[in-house]
Amino acid sequence: MSAEDTPKDYSESPINLEYFYTAGSATTRFLNQVKEGNIVGQGCPKCKAVYVPPRGSCPRCGVATDIEVPLTDKGCIESFTVVHIPIPGNPIVPPYVCAMIRLDGANISFLHLIQDIDIKKIRIGMRIQAVWKPKEEWTHSLENIKWFAPIDEPDVDVATLRFQES
Amino acid sequence: MKRVAIVGYAQHPILKNAGALNEVELIMPVVHQLFNDLGISQKDIDFTCSGSCDYLQGAAFAFVEGLSAIQTNPPIKESHVEMDAAWAMYESMLKIQMGDAETALIYGFGKSSPGDLDAIISLQMDPYYISPLWPDRVSLAALQARVLLNQNIISQEQMLATVMEARANSKNNKNALITDLIDESDYLNNPMVSSPLNKLDCPPISDGSSAMIIASEEKAYEFTDHPIWIEGIDHRIESSNLGSRNLATSNTLQASIKQLNLKNIKFDVAELHTQFSHEVPFLKFLLNLQDVPTNLSGGPLVGNVMMCAGLDAVGKTYESLKENQLTHGLAHATSGPCLQHNMLVHLEAKK
Amino acid sequence: MTDSKDLLRAPFELAYNYKRSSGPVMSEFFEALGQQKILGTKSRAGKVFSPAAEFDPETHESLKEMVEVGPGGSVESFSWIETPQNHHLIKDPFAFALIKLDGADSSMLHMIADCNEADLSIGTRVTAAWSETSDKRITDIKFFTLEK
Repeated sequence: MSAEDTPKDYSESPINLEYFYTAGSATTRFLNQVKEGNIVGQGCPKCKAVYVPPRGSCPRCGVATDIEVPLTDKGCIESFTVVHIPIPGNPIVPPYVCAMIRLDGANISFLHLIQDIDIKKIRIGMRIQAVWKPKEEWTHSLENIKWFAPIDEPDVDVATLRFQES
Repeated sequence: MKRVAIVGYAQHPILKNAGALNEVELIMPVVHQLFNDLGISQKDIDFTCSGSCDYLQGAAFAFVEGLSAIQTNPPIKESHVEMDAAWAMYESMLKIQMGDAETALIYGFGKSSPGDLDAIISLQMDPYYISPLWPDRVSLAALQARVLLNQNIISQEQMLATVMEARANSKNNKNALITDLIDESDYLNNPMVSSPLNKLDCPPISDGSSAMIIASEEKAYEFTDHPIWIEGIDHRIESSNLGSRNLATSNTLQASIKQLNLKNIKFDVAELHTQFSHEVPFLKFLLNLQDVPTNLSGGPLVGNVMMCAGLDAVGKTYESLKENQLTHGLAHATSGPCLQHNMLVHLEAKK
Repeated sequence: MTDSKDLLRAPFELAYNYKRSSGPVMSEFFEALGQQKILGTKSRAGKVFSPAAEFDPETHESLKEMVEVGPGGSVESFSWIETPQNHHLIKDPFAFALIKLDGADSSMLHMIADCNEADLSIGTRVTAAWSETSDKRITDIKFFTLEK
């Protein structure tokens, strides 16, 4: 039997489904602000924790986070990793840094890229600021921020970032 | 066996299209309503279980997003079923029977409007022999409807009567999606979706959520003076080999009836998870419910939130018993094509 | 709800290209479909299941004996679709049907096309129409048509 004649031991099973994803009220409010170049977190009315990007609810209290909290685009690195594998479809050249960014005033961090940095100098607590795409390119997406870059401000002691019950 | 009771149930208004509301925003109001009604919070709940379908939203583990609606800090004991929330209730029952919890919060949610429900459901079937043909859920139900009509187990008149009655009953449920009445000619002139089922024989695409709290005997009276007891619960599934099943009967329901000794109970009310009109006379025949007021909430034909409608059947039966001081109620939940998988729940209000 | 700045929505397509292991029974079934033959599996009691079942759904016996069935059979049930949906494989009116192939005791879910609704009833004789390409999938049977 030739290779073409041997029984196929698997079945092709292609699946495709089309959806319209809706963002939800909380995410919509957040992305509408991001489109204008603003980062606005959402705060819990009970424990006052500020979440960015917001999910619309506070996991500590189980209530809706309906307080809009404008934030700057400055913060510090809460954790980081140096990645040696390229991102498919992205021109970024490894090694590059992925970091958990804790914006000033927020109680959680989110994942983004760090660029314009000597990788050997990166450290937890380092102060960073967003580098935005040109205004004409802004959409409803956190991709409006190309990456975060270090700024010349003293490091933050991350132990002070721990949530304080008010 | 520990005695377990339903102590609360809440249903979100059933929406044609929840629009901007995402799943978290659908779940939060019903859970909060239950907590407010009972004067409790997440710390009174020993176990939380949800029922939903990730592929209604189009992502694996989408149900984890739903947990954002729940207070999860401090960490909670939680589980999930990729099924109707009626089975989340079953899992919660097991948890209580095993002694791992005394109270459980159950919630279900489904947003069908963003996707193509017919395409999604067809992919939940046998991936070798059935899904590649993309049979939609209406066509599959229609296969059973035709067999039942052909063997005179049900009639076209009964299907019409079911649709009319569902519309008339919708006024009993403030959360129903469809409330307008129709007349015979609306039904008879309605175009077929997949013969012999026309659009009125089918449930509406619905978005929504529901929640329920159950508690062991020890705890039930702390929550309410009127717990409704889960006297019997049983679920069974037939083979997924659709062509080998006898669609003119239901082996699973017959086995459950025996197991729960239902023949000896005179039910005051019943709610059936009957998504298609032909299923009502069929199940009433199998379950001997001809004289029992059935689907007084209007049933799935006036609002059918995927992954909630089975829990809603239990919830609506609970409400009926509580509000009308009735004694015995029967709830039915189903899953899979042509009533493949069925659950029966016998609820009883003790005086 | 209408589209407004309160409603952010974006279309997306979810697509996976799974390859599923067929196992010994189903790969033999699909291999035969590739040669325009339909097989069924036969239990010790003599019951034949087509499409080929790996286990008897009632007795759970592991089924290994293969027999040829069809290509003709009779309609056990059908549902006629006058307006096919986007995901349906056939774009003209057609039916989904349960077809009991000659020699089989269970039925096969498939489609019936190239006919009118009035031509179909329970008991109508149909036969397999084959696809031009052989992919060793259930769709190698393109659909069933009225037996002449």
